[in-house]
Amino acid sequence: MQNANFSNEFNREYRRSLEKAASDDIQEKIIETLLFCCALISVLTTFGIVFIIFRVTFDFFQEVSFAQFFLDTKWTPLFAEKHFGIWPLINGTLMTTVIAMLVAIPLGLCSAIYLAEYASPKVAAILRPAVELLGGVPTVVYGYFALLFVTPVLRSFLPLEIFNALSAGLMMGIMISPTVGSISLDAIQSVPRSLREGAYAIGVTKLETIFKVVLPAALSGIAASIILGISRAVGETMTVLIAAGQEPRISLNPFQSVETMTAYMAQISGGDSPRGSVNYNTLYAVGAVLFLITLGLNIVSHWISNRYKEKYD
Amino acid sequence: MSSSISRNKSQEPQGEFSANVEQRETTGKIFELIFLLGLSIGLVVLAVLVFDVFKDGLGRLLSPGFLTETPSRFPDRGGIRPAIFGSMLLGGLVMLISVPIGVGAALYLEEYAPKAWWTDIIEINVSNLAGVPSIVYGLLGLGVFNYLLNFGPALLSGALTLSLLSLPVIIVTAREAIRAVPDSLRQASYGLGTTKWQTVWNHVLPYAIPGILTGVIISVSRAIGDAASLIVVGAVSFLTFNPGLFQRFMALPIQIYTYITRPEPGFANAAAASIIVLLLLILVLNGTAIYLRQRFSTFK
Repeated sequence: MQNANFSNEFNREYRRSLEKAASDDIQEKIIETLLFCCALISVLTTFGIVFIIFRVTFDFFQEVSFAQFFLDTKWTPLFAEKHFGIWPLINGTLMTTVIAMLVAIPLGLCSAIYLAEYASPKVAAILRPAVELLGGVPTVVYGYFALLFVTPVLRSFLPLEIFNALSAGLMMGIMISPTVGSISLDAIQSVPRSLREGAYAIGVTKLETIFKVVLPAALSGIAASIILGISRAVGETMTVLIAAGQEPRISLNPFQSVETMTAYMAQISGGDSPRGSVNYNTLYAVGAVLFLITLGLNIVSHWISNRYKEKYD
Repeated sequence: MSSSISRNKSQEPQGEFSANVEQRETTGKIFELIFLLGLSIGLVVLAVLVFDVFKDGLGRLLSPGFLTETPSRFPDRGGIRPAIFGSMLLGGLVMLISVPIGVGAALYLEEYAPKAWWTDIIEINVSNLAGVPSIVYGLLGLGVFNYLLNFGPALLSGALTLSLLSLPVIIVTAREAIRAVPDSLRQASYGLGTTKWQTVWNHVLPYAIPGILTGVIISVSRAIGDAASLIVVGAVSFLTFNPGLFQRFMALPIQIYTYITRPEPGFANAAAASIIVLLLLILVLNGTAIYLRQRFSTFK
């Protein structure tokens, strides 16, 4: 009696668990689909960026010719006499980027080399996050510091304008140095010990090992980090908007005020050009150029680091 | 690489060989100092920056009403309450939106995705998105949320834009955390007859949480500090009320930018005071996350 009861119970349980497995299967499918949709959002984001930027840019080029955009040397879309030459903005971007990289490359590489080769693990565990803190400070803060601290200090001995490419570039370099540093650090750390030990075995000093063995071996990673740093400098907005000024000009003088592509975009967004006007559409045209430049740099950076990545694995 | 080393070495012994070890070691010491100096410059700048900001802003920060009042036309009156509210709302929304989506995408790519050309495309896509400048995300937000979905320049548009901005970083770091979960854990779970999702939810995710949290903190504090995309989306520089979801909004970085650009002298101090608040907010965020990470990793 009790036995039969038990087997009935068992059958029921068994059937229930089978049904549960089937519904689990549907549940699993639903979950997988949901997760897939999450991943899809990143693709949609890219489509969104490309579609929105290039649709308006297309409108822009209906009214302004490529020649006006790429051959003119004046950028005055907001003046009565309009010029749409992108070069002054590219000039400003290039200048602040070059100054930033002149700071970021040596600082980034020095910290990477010190952390990887000299610092004891304990010291490195403190110093690495400390250095990376630099990249976590909001960029508007660097703008404040560039305009209200660095510029006055530099002006005491250099003929600087109040807004200038130099201060903005210097601060941007400090900000970007952890980007260069941490990727270079990974590259240096992935150089196998055996290479270093080989060098030491033939009586080479530590410094010579670093310069002649470790750095050449890590070169691809270092190059990738530098290109990524350049891309960040090109796309950085707040520091240059606050400290470099808004005067589009073609010049190589870092003491003068310049305007970068990003600063122009922020300026026109804050202004009151009506949507759909040519003035307003310049926002998207400049955005398209900025997007293409940074996209190109990012692709090159990935390409370099992927190409040489598995050399020692 | 090894061939270039041996070439260098074979070119060297031209003259008389002299070891000269002492001089070489001295050069080594000098360079060690140079490397250390290079590392310290950034930290010194950071220290000077923090000191300068506190020196300029502390007095204004402690002046009555700075945290609790709405902005004023006068540099030494009024406060930044709407900006604080705006930033906290933005930060909260970004977490609510981008963490589930980011972790979901990471789980899909690591645990479910088949090896196919289109999963490669998603991967390349994510890493490229991580390098898109914030101001370009602003254009995306302006086009999609302001105009296409018709939210206008509202807080929600800003929050969604910042969420898209922080997604790639969350996806990338979450993937690394998930990839670091040992396979034996999954096998053991499957051995008990669990389904894929049960394994992921009960074993893979809890194990990966400390790593995921790191990515979340990095990206959310970047989102809170970001101003460029919000300027494009249409954050305002002056509000007399706490922003709501569908209202115009301001945020701390925008408030700081506005204060910096005002010519009257006292506004620089107000900017510095707001910077202190922003930095503290980010610090609190990071502190919480570090605490959670510690907790979860000891729990494990």
